[in-house]
Amino acid sequence: MKLESNIPPGPLEKKWAYAKSHYKLVNPANKRRYDIIVVGAGLAGAAAAATLGELGYNVKCFVYHDSPRRAHSIAAQGGINAAKNYRNDGDSIYRLFYDTIKGGDYRAREGNVYRLAELSVNIIDQAVAQGVPFAREYGGALENRSFGGVQVSRTFYARGQTGQQLLLGAFQAQERQIALGTVKQYNRHEMLDLVVVDGHAKGIITRNLVTGKIEAHAADAVVLGTGGYVNVFYLSTNAKASNATAIWRAYKRGAAFGNPCYTQIHPTCIPQSGEYQSKLTLMSESLRNDGRIWVPKQQGDERAPGQIPESERDYYLERKYPSFGNLAPRDIASRAAKEACDDGRGIGASGRGVYLDFADAIKRLGRPVIEERYGNLFEMYHDITAEDPYEVPMRIYPAPHYSMGGLWVDYNLMSTVPGLYVIGEANFSDHGANRLGASALMQGLADGYFVLPVTIGDYLATQFGKKVAADRPEFAAAVADVNDRVGRLLSAKGTRSVDSYHRELGTIMWDYCGMARTADGLKKALTMIRELREQYWRDVRVTGTGEEPNQALEKAGRVADFFELAELMCVDALHREESAGGHFRAEYQTPEGEAQRNDEEFLYVAAWEYKGEGNEPVLHKEPLLYEEVKLATRSYK
Amino acid sequence: MNLTLLVWRQQSRESAGAFVTYTAENISPDASFLEMLDVVNEALIARNEDPIHFEHDCREGICGSCGMMINGTAHGPLGGTATCQLHMRHFQDGQDVWIEPWRARSFPVIKDLIVDRSPLDRIIQAGGYISVNTGSAVEANTLPIPKPVQELAMDAAECIQCGACVAQCPNGAAQLFTAANVSHLGLLPQGQPERQQRVLRMVEVMEEYFGSCTLFRECEAVCPKEISVDFISRMNRDYLGATMRTRKAPVTS
Repeated sequence: MKLESNIPPGPLEKKWAYAKSHYKLVNPANKRRYDIIVVGAGLAGAAAAATLGELGYNVKCFVYHDSPRRAHSIAAQGGINAAKNYRNDGDSIYRLFYDTIKGGDYRAREGNVYRLAELSVNIIDQAVAQGVPFAREYGGALENRSFGGVQVSRTFYARGQTGQQLLLGAFQAQERQIALGTVKQYNRHEMLDLVVVDGHAKGIITRNLVTGKIEAHAADAVVLGTGGYVNVFYLSTNAKASNATAIWRAYKRGAAFGNPCYTQIHPTCIPQSGEYQSKLTLMSESLRNDGRIWVPKQQGDERAPGQIPESERDYYLERKYPSFGNLAPRDIASRAAKEACDDGRGIGASGRGVYLDFADAIKRLGRPVIEERYGNLFEMYHDITAEDPYEVPMRIYPAPHYSMGGLWVDYNLMSTVPGLYVIGEANFSDHGANRLGASALMQGLADGYFVLPVTIGDYLATQFGKKVAADRPEFAAAVADVNDRVGRLLSAKGTRSVDSYHRELGTIMWDYCGMARTADGLKKALTMIRELREQYWRDVRVTGTGEEPNQALEKAGRVADFFELAELMCVDALHREESAGGHFRAEYQTPEGEAQRNDEEFLYVAAWEYKGEGNEPVLHKEPLLYEEVKLATRSYK
Repeated sequence: MNLTLLVWRQQSRESAGAFVTYTAENISPDASFLEMLDVVNEALIARNEDPIHFEHDCREGICGSCGMMINGTAHGPLGGTATCQLHMRHFQDGQDVWIEPWRARSFPVIKDLIVDRSPLDRIIQAGGYISVNTGSAVEANTLPIPKPVQELAMDAAECIQCGACVAQCPNGAAQLFTAANVSHLGLLPQGQPERQQRVLRMVEVMEEYFGSCTLFRECEAVCPKEISVDFISRMNRDYLGATMRTRKAPVTS
């Protein structure tokens, strides 16, 4: 396997323009002869399906939900970054590029990130044109706010529902194409395998979630926009159905997996309240614009927050990182919260919580302003905890949220399997070892609207006359594989439910592959995961049959894949003997407890190649070449 | 707390369904309604019984997947919340809770509490968009939009397409859903070029699948995003104006 990043030549700011001028094109009259499968219709998938349809391609879009608009992109709260510099505060494309590279702890590809910053401005234009109701100033112009890890105000938002509004823009554009007949929509269809013919991705195998029927679908190229994999931790901010199956199946068919251990723990989520907890609810990072994070200075202080005077409060982010304060980037803020709680100063019944306090902001700005900015977030918090953030500080704790890792892709977003493209959170490319707030929305839409529709043409132009039909033997073989897996899960007839295994796996991952990792812990985790996985296949209980709606069966397949992914994450974390961004190895930290990178030995993307059942995966290294940015210790003091 | 649940079970679209009684035991008041159902389902799986099937995903009131009639009210007793945001502290120990799928002829049952809501996407396909191809947008700040207009459009755009409005309406009408979408786009300058065609086409498709609105206002009472029936009035005015000014072009879907 050879990793070619295919970054165009020339100066950084001209690479994308160069690439666009040199890609092969598909004649407009020929586009309708090409079939493209798009799996997933979140921001990346919907934007891609819509744009490819507008261009005239035949798109087949598959989602396991009842409608494309259920994708978890819809839940993103805080905002989307763009280098518009409307605030006149010194922002620029270069600065957004630089903030993202630095925020990623110098583990992302320069060329990709620069392009992302360039395209950020086009995304806002497109969204506004679609009718996305971004917040406005009184004069009618777009409003901005700040987000973590940056010192400019470049985030556009629509109340606390930016994800939903952006997704609706893309969803509506997609529905328009469905009406026009360029996109054929397959709802309630889950992709369970990738089909590779003569080394190229030529289709997928799906299960119809209503009838249970396993079907083969052929195409000239396959695009995966299937989201992230932090549900491997069971408790995360992801939706319940979010899973890694599509990318995992692709990995097993030859697509290298990039940096699986780079997972992001978001600092501000509502703490777990009981054993029955099904997920952790995110409280948008935008709250850190106005909220102040603190814990009591005293260990084991059980006084109500209102009774702890200012002098006895530790506003630890403001103390440790004066120039960024409460807007320190996520990995840093999460570790600081863990440190405070490990020190015995955590709040709440479990001792695993810190305060996010709006008292000062309410005093300074008045309640109506706070209500306007965060109204629905405060309501959401109140519904869940029965506590009123206008009166008492919010209780928050870090939770798994996003995966920077994902399938390896080159500059054109193509994986190591020709014809297989990966976009949005499902790919590894733009965020390095830590993603900044408000940039996931940006990346998904950049990939889906502006990058993929152009780069895919370059590949398709080489595929003219090479159409593959679903009667090829590779399809039948893949269908047989899927039937076999489904059959084994149904016939285990064991003693424990899927959820009980999922919870146990999640606890192992949180304890040993979470915010702070050690060699011993990771090795222990690997042993535990392997044992549990073996037990799972013998002992899982999946009720019902395969020929009907069966939510237990759906979960069972996804959890089976999580077991394997969990192993790869631990293997990756074990091999990376440094701390970078969201990957923190306790053995490699500065005297002040910050991440200590090892640029001498680990300045590369770790791309793992599957070598078959029971064999160790093989590591391929893509060196990271920084032409523009100077590597530095990442400091937010 | 312990509760008695009377849950609609139905094997498939064609089969007859029935209420089955379950006990939910030792439920924490801080648990959500769906977490309570998860607990009941784990107990069913332990007895080798098919768990209660219900649609859900984000568990934070934004994806619109979840929805059930709880004691006859869509999304339960609170108002302004989706089923997943309802917490057990709003129920009493020992209470009976009747749980049914969305009640509407336009939403046939698929299994248990899962229904088919695809007609809602059909309405969007008829015109719930602004036709602008990727890459042809003007610079974003070229178009100043008065803040009150943006805020009102945002109020309408909060719709999560859950279908509670249809389920609660005695006529099974989808006016609130359609009006939210029509209003969101019709209030904004970007939506003006297609405003008339949009409302004519979307209403036509809506009437093909759903009942008629006689302003019961039950929809507004159960909408998790508290969308106002004012948008229905706005849509009706828009529709009337459009019929005066233009002929409807054929619906493409």
